Amino acid sequence: MIGNDRLAVRKTYKLYVNGAFPRSESGRTYEVTDTKGHFHGNVAWASRKDARDAVVAARGAFAKWSGATAYNRGQVLYRVAEVMEGRHVQFCEEVASAEGLSTSKARAAVDAAIDRWVWYAGWTDKLAAVLGGSNPVAGPYFDFSTPEPTGVVAVLAPQQSSLLGLVSVLAPVLATGNTAVVVTSKERPIPAVTLAEVLATSDVPGGVVNLLTGDAEELGPWLAEHADVDGIDLTGAPAGRAMEFEREAAGTIKRVVRPPATEPDWTADPGLTRMTPFLETKTVWHPMGV
Amino acid sequence: MTSLFEYAPAPESRSIVSIAPSYGLFIDGEFVDGTGESFKTVNPATEEVLSEVSAASEADVDRAVRAARKAFEKTWGPMRPADRGKYLFRIARLLQERAREFAVLESLDNGKPIRESRDVDVPLAAAHFFYYAGWADKLDHVGLGTRPRPLGVAGQVIPWNFPLLMLAWKVAPALAAGNTVVLKPAETTPLSALLFAEVCRQADLPAGVVNIVTGAGDTGRAVVEHGDVDKVAFTGSTEVGRSIARAVAGTAKKLTLELGGKAANIVFDDAPIDQAVEGIVQGIFFNQGHVCCAGSRLLVQESIHDEVIASLQRRIGTLRVGDPLDKNTDIGAINSAEQLARIRELSDIGEAEGANRWQPACELPDRGFWFPPTVFTDVSPAHRIARDEVFGPVLSVLTFRTPDEAVAKANNTTYGLSAGIWSEKGSRILQIANQLRAGVVWANTFNKFDPTSPFGGYKQSGYGREGGRHGLAAYLKGADQ
Repeated sequence: MIGNDRLAVRKTYKLYVNGAFPRSESGRTYEVTDTKGHFHGNVAWASRKDARDAVVAARGAFAKWSGATAYNRGQVLYRVAEVMEGRHVQFCEEVASAEGLSTSKARAAVDAAIDRWVWYAGWTDKLAAVLGGSNPVAGPYFDFSTPEPTGVVAVLAPQQSSLLGLVSVLAPVLATGNTAVVVTSKERPIPAVTLAEVLATSDVPGGVVNLLTGDAEELGPWLAEHADVDGIDLTGAPAGRAMEFEREAAGTIKRVVRPPATEPDWTADPGLTRMTPFLETKTVWHPMGV
Repeated sequence: MTSLFEYAPAPESRSIVSIAPSYGLFIDGEFVDGTGESFKTVNPATEEVLSEVSAASEADVDRAVRAARKAFEKTWGPMRPADRGKYLFRIARLLQERAREFAVLESLDNGKPIRESRDVDVPLAAAHFFYYAGWADKLDHVGLGTRPRPLGVAGQVIPWNFPLLMLAWKVAPALAAGNTVVLKPAETTPLSALLFAEVCRQADLPAGVVNIVTGAGDTGRAVVEHGDVDKVAFTGSTEVGRSIARAVAGTAKKLTLELGGKAANIVFDDAPIDQAVEGIVQGIFFNQGHVCCAGSRLLVQESIHDEVIASLQRRIGTLRVGDPLDKNTDIGAINSAEQLARIRELSDIGEAEGANRWQPACELPDRGFWFPPTVFTDVSPAHRIARDEVFGPVLSVLTFRTPDEAVAKANNTTYGLSAGIWSEKGSRILQIANQLRAGVVWANTFNKFDPTSPFGGYKQSGYGREGGRHGLAAYLKGADQ
């Protein structure tokens, strides 16, 4: 038992890029408090350069992650749920503190977040059957269509729901074989940092997920216009800026998920709606006979 | 090159079509005059003016959108799905009945060989309507959950390279899903869309379900930016695609884009060479190379480069360039003076940057817009002709040594629409197809299309698919959306 007089060891909250935990190259941090205004920590404040480094890491990780078998990806995502379960108490405390929730509501959010990983883990090896198929063309060809990941996806995570919302936008990007650069909730980043620690110990290859604590308003434009980002989820874009980010994204014909008017109920069944925007369909005409 | 055989001209009669001296817009089931400045459409093979066509102003587009909205709410939306399907079946049959007329008209207005308009464009357009007609009362099975809903009014802007076929790709799935449409055909090829309006009338399609607004970029912009359009579908250049994506940003409009391409056509050393040469020709010279998915970059394995090029040049020497209405013609006219200028400019840049230009000796007609089939060898991946979409009968040849190098070079483009693989080894075909970042991969064939087969690009070739079950998703929303 630890006595009450023990001084706690506090954590340095850092970014998660390419499987490592660097500080921001800018040297910047910002103060994060709980909903009652009590100091929680100085969190790394990701810069434009950090975002660019994260894109490089995500691109580097894409070939291996998208080329992994669907079964393997499913097991890795399931592993994330397993490791999260072991940190259940920590997540509950952090979500309660970040979102100002009662213990029971925080617990429900954490439960749902873990279960969401399990749900998406089960999708990896079913998407091709549900979204693809063979096409009965009028000619001597075996013609078939398969879903494939879009590539590097930038995610502006929800600002309110610090863990369930984050998992709800991140897991579908991974389940479909994409790699991700995520800008977390600005004011509620602590559960995201803990999720990064879970990802780092869950067989998710380095670079597949990169989590940047910081300001979506600042990083959004750079990610939206970045030529090596293939898609962007604007769910957590600050009010009034999403249209501008979508315009930037048009320059490289990015796949865009527009933000909802208000943050949705993250406990609702997401269906396929968060996976199909970041999937391409490839159609192959294979000759028969000749 | 002297040809082995002399061909007597075998022109298709143009008496089957009657082109009016002027055309209005097709709005709410009626032909009406547009209030914009009218424009001339010419036969690119002769520069003869075919007709004068109304340009739709913003006010005209607004009328068309209001007609489409009314039809969506009053007739087409509430209609029994099976009846919507029957209308589409009717349209498919009418297209088949009037197929020759459409083919001749298309070749006159577009410049493409009658062999292609007759055997490809028109039959495929009818097939698309026939295919999507069958979907109209089966939307619960598309994969969007039960009772998916149409989006409303679709604004559609299509290009000049396959005028009727692109109309079919856009209109058929939109109507099958229960939407109504406002379609803008390309400025240089409006006539087959206006003949299609007549087909809609023969089919007794309710007024306002299909509206056709002719015009240039301003008309297209008015369609895309209209506040009461729920869905925008565009086929055309990546540059215009970007501006459309910008224009719909921040709105609730759903967008699909089918844009440019710079497809790699990869020939491995174990390929059937003669068959591959036919495929290379089909890949780049089909429709004068005015094809977004054209196989414009030939990637040939180094060990067979000389053999393939010699055979290719021999074959190109037998291609007949000329009168689009001649049934012997392989390569027709370039669609417009503007496009011809772009092809010339990029070809000159290709030469200036150090690639070797080869063209067969071929006589081109004195009038009209023509460009001979062209092959550039010694092309480096950095050359403009290896990177930019030429949209003409110009092939750039690059080489590779290993399959990995072929894949790397094939994927070294901002586009990702299509690709070709030539090999006798099925397992190799599937492995390479798996590694290519392209929406359509043809193996031992090229430029094949089918209504059941989803078509569309990766990367800056756009998003969304046309054809198949996937093509309907662009015009429907699920219960959870």
